[in-house]
Amino acid sequence: MQTTVSPNSNDNLWDGGNKPLKASYGKMMMWFFIVSDALTFSGFIVSYGFARFKFADSWPIADEVFTHVPFVHGKELPMIYVAFMTFVLIMSSVTMVLAVDAGHKMKKAKVTFYMFLTIIGGIIFVGSQAWEWATFIKGDYGAVKTKGGNILQFLDANTSKRIAVSDFAFEFVNEREQQQEYNGIWYQNESSLPLFSIDEVIAGMEASPNILIRTQLLNDKGHKTILTREESLEILKSNGVSVVNGANLIENEYGVPLFANFFFFITGFHGFHVFSGIVLNIIIFFNVIIGTYEKRNSYEMVEKVGLYWHFVDLVWVFVFTFFYLV
Amino acid sequence: MADHTHKLEIFRGLIKFKSNTQKIVGVLILLSIVTLIEVVLGIYKPTILNEYFLNLKLLNWIFIILTIVKAYYITWDFMHMRDETSILRRIVVWTAVFLILYLTFILIQEGGYIFDVFDDTSNYIKKDF
Repeated sequence: MQTTVSPNSNDNLWDGGNKPLKASYGKMMMWFFIVSDALTFSGFIVSYGFARFKFADSWPIADEVFTHVPFVHGKELPMIYVAFMTFVLIMSSVTMVLAVDAGHKMKKAKVTFYMFLTIIGGIIFVGSQAWEWATFIKGDYGAVKTKGGNILQFLDANTSKRIAVSDFAFEFVNEREQQQEYNGIWYQNESSLPLFSIDEVIAGMEASPNILIRTQLLNDKGHKTILTREESLEILKSNGVSVVNGANLIENEYGVPLFANFFFFITGFHGFHVFSGIVLNIIIFFNVIIGTYEKRNSYEMVEKVGLYWHFVDLVWVFVFTFFYLV
Repeated sequence: MADHTHKLEIFRGLIKFKSNTQKIVGVLILLSIVTLIEVVLGIYKPTILNEYFLNLKLLNWIFIILTIVKAYYITWDFMHMRDETSILRRIVVWTAVFLILYLTFILIQEGGYIFDVFDDTSNYIKKDF
């Protein structure tokens, strides 16, 4: 009858020595926290699914968005970097579980070493995520936003590859300056202007006959719809309003604004968990070094923080699938 | 796990490990292989897998199933769920699974409905202009 709670009648029930379900108080509470946190994350990921089903015919293709790898320029390598990040996190999970295992055997030196590796893995992961964010915010090709808030991207007709707005747009001489607090109307300012105005893009497109426009709509094969030259010019002239570079919470060059919003929110919330996990790991790491758990004769604290760390890895497995794969 | 014993077999006893460390390495290899399959499928996206099954592409079914496989091994072996009492396991896993299934059903269903409203050919709602 392992399901029944049967306290030893001689023990004091309320002084913390009682272990229902054969798990200590701290470990069980960590499990309950993990359940509630898992529900929070599933709330986020499922609302991402909601937005995606809502825009089922025009959602950005992740493989075309996350194509960058640090130190490699001019190549499109989808999935590679995020696969690396996933692997780093799995590895740090493994070193964590090895630390827990060494803790059971009361081997202080091994616990210290594996905890150290775990922290390093976590830092590499958070750093990679920061880089991924920076690349995403900076953007690469740029696009034009229409009156209806849709995104038009540009293609080279000969190679059918994406082409950056800055490669073909004209630069008119100083049409308009950014309004700052000290010019124009005092104490009023605006955010920095896009690199090109819509007229510069139209002029550039008219001058180079090999450029086509790609809309957000997906065709039967799951590719973005490419317009003919006439359609491209027409839609740009009649609907285009502004040039978008990179991503923020209001607009992004990849497509539906919600795509960037969910990216920032979900990977941000996960990154925050990784960060707090690193902080907890560091605290435990120093406790191991000064011998707190050696004196306590139990390394259970390492196990508890390990549970949290594995949970962070678990969440990433799902974020990886739903953001980058599906 | 107060007595520090681990169940050392995975795949329902198909693979047995001699020590806990060995089991960890075994699970690491398994997780790496699954991730590798996911990444390769994600890069090449074979066209055969574009068929739909229950409103979802076969490829996406594969991704989701592989994800659940990975989640299972992380929880069972890294988080030592395999060594906990069955009731603790049920409290944690069933609560989460039921609530998540319910939430998923409601929100995905609703998202699909809103898509149909937007997609309505009678053009009450215009989103491309």
